[in-house]
Amino acid sequence: MSEVVSNLRPATGSPGSRIGAMVLRHWYLLKSSPPRIIDIVYWPTVQLFMWGFLQTWLADQSGKLAFAGGSLIGAMLLWDVLFRGQIGFNMSFLEELWSRNLGHLMVSPLRAHELLAALAVMSIIRVMIGLIPVTLLAIYYFGFDLMALGLWMVAFFLNLMLTSWAVGMVVCGLLLRYGLGAEHLAWSLIFILLTICCVYYPVSALPTWLQPVALSLAPTYVFEGLRSILIDGVARPELMFVALGLNVLYLVAATVLFFWFYRDALEKGTLLSTGE
Amino acid sequence: MLHSLPLAIKVEALEKRFDKVHAVRGLDFEARQGTILGLLGGNGAGKTTTIGMLLGLVRPTVGKIELLGVDVQTNRPLVQHLINFESPYVDMPLRLTVRQNLTVYGKLYGVVDLKARIAELAGILDLTHLLERPTGKLSAGQKTRVSLAKALVNSPRLLLLDEPTASLDPDTADWVRGHLEQYCREGGATMLLASHNMGEVDRLCDDVLMMKEGLIVDRGAPETLKKRYGRASMEEVFLDVARGTGVHARETTDE
Repeated sequence: MSEVVSNLRPATGSPGSRIGAMVLRHWYLLKSSPPRIIDIVYWPTVQLFMWGFLQTWLADQSGKLAFAGGSLIGAMLLWDVLFRGQIGFNMSFLEELWSRNLGHLMVSPLRAHELLAALAVMSIIRVMIGLIPVTLLAIYYFGFDLMALGLWMVAFFLNLMLTSWAVGMVVCGLLLRYGLGAEHLAWSLIFILLTICCVYYPVSALPTWLQPVALSLAPTYVFEGLRSILIDGVARPELMFVALGLNVLYLVAATVLFFWFYRDALEKGTLLSTGE
Repeated sequence: MLHSLPLAIKVEALEKRFDKVHAVRGLDFEARQGTILGLLGGNGAGKTTTIGMLLGLVRPTVGKIELLGVDVQTNRPLVQHLINFESPYVDMPLRLTVRQNLTVYGKLYGVVDLKARIAELAGILDLTHLLERPTGKLSAGQKTRVSLAKALVNSPRLLLLDEPTASLDPDTADWVRGHLEQYCREGGATMLLASHNMGEVDRLCDDVLMMKEGLIVDRGAPETLKKRYGRASMEEVFLDVARGTGVHARETTDE
């Protein structure tokens, strides 16, 4: 190192301030664009009324259907946490690609893992923007209070957010590697979980050969746990611990995969043309 | 006198291959602090890939890059806050206002007293009346000035510019060149300038690298190159190099 630069130190900004700057960037964007806010609230509201009316109808039936119907709104709201969490994570990343801004970011002192942390914070903010009004609507129109689940709701929320970040990181990696050609994956990848994670029905409803696959997925335990509380009135903490363990594995694997794609993007030079 | 200054850029045996394409082939060059180095070449010459490698957006196949005395392949965080760039290959978020964009980038670069720095840059680059306007609503020339403000927000000691005046009218382009020259000469900053505007290169650059098909085919101060090729302007020198014609090319072929 030459004498002139021997006094160089890393940037004065902390990782927290750089993550904060990225959150601020996306907050500015949301504030400036009412259609983006409406989009975040629109689909959860539509879903709520669809499943709410179905639940109301099922509640008038006799037998098991009436009991099962009681969990539909809860399952819908939790599915939305998972779905919106991943979309929120990837939407913020896609905004950088659409605006051809990623090159500026990656040249700045922002580290890749700080960018991921900012995406995670933004996914929480986006989920909250969608979830809070819909939760209030569920209480008002259907008498279903998700917050009455108390600490269980915290456990469900945490586990679903962790899964959504793991999926989000894999999608970001694919976007880095393949550019906007992989954009459709951001919207569709999570839907495979909708069927296999047994959002609206128990694991026993799946074919026998598919059940082990379902049981290897963390959200399955969340939705099973929700049904156990709402239908059987039984809390099952062990399900949350299994989900947490699986989520830790997913996050480690997703982080490794993301950085593998990131290194590959540096090799192939795709960061210079991410808006194409 | 320039040769006594410390090195701001030192590149050794730099190569980049993309599968079968050999984009950059064994570059060796350096730029001393406080100087302006021009990077010239036609489309596909390897300029953008070279700048991408200097910025850390492209990983070299082989070779070594030192910026401000630091090996950036191992210690980039030591100098990242001292470098900035502008390129037509990247944009800034268009929905954010000019002030919001500069605020975000100022925070990313850890700029102290950011409000004052934004006000200062807005004054210098005539952006004060545009600060509250969305960046996407600006004209091409205004956007270029915003990009320059972003490139200068952290008062970089090394500035990499790819076609900084491409979309500007002659008057604004001249004004921007004047400001960039003043920034480097008075602030002691170093600039690597890739440009197709030969007048710009002639006016600003202390030294010029001529690239073709991933190689540096010639180098020297603009005056030296013009004498060598027997030409009156850098534009004619550029055409000679690009087409493989001219006095120097013939001499090289004869050798």
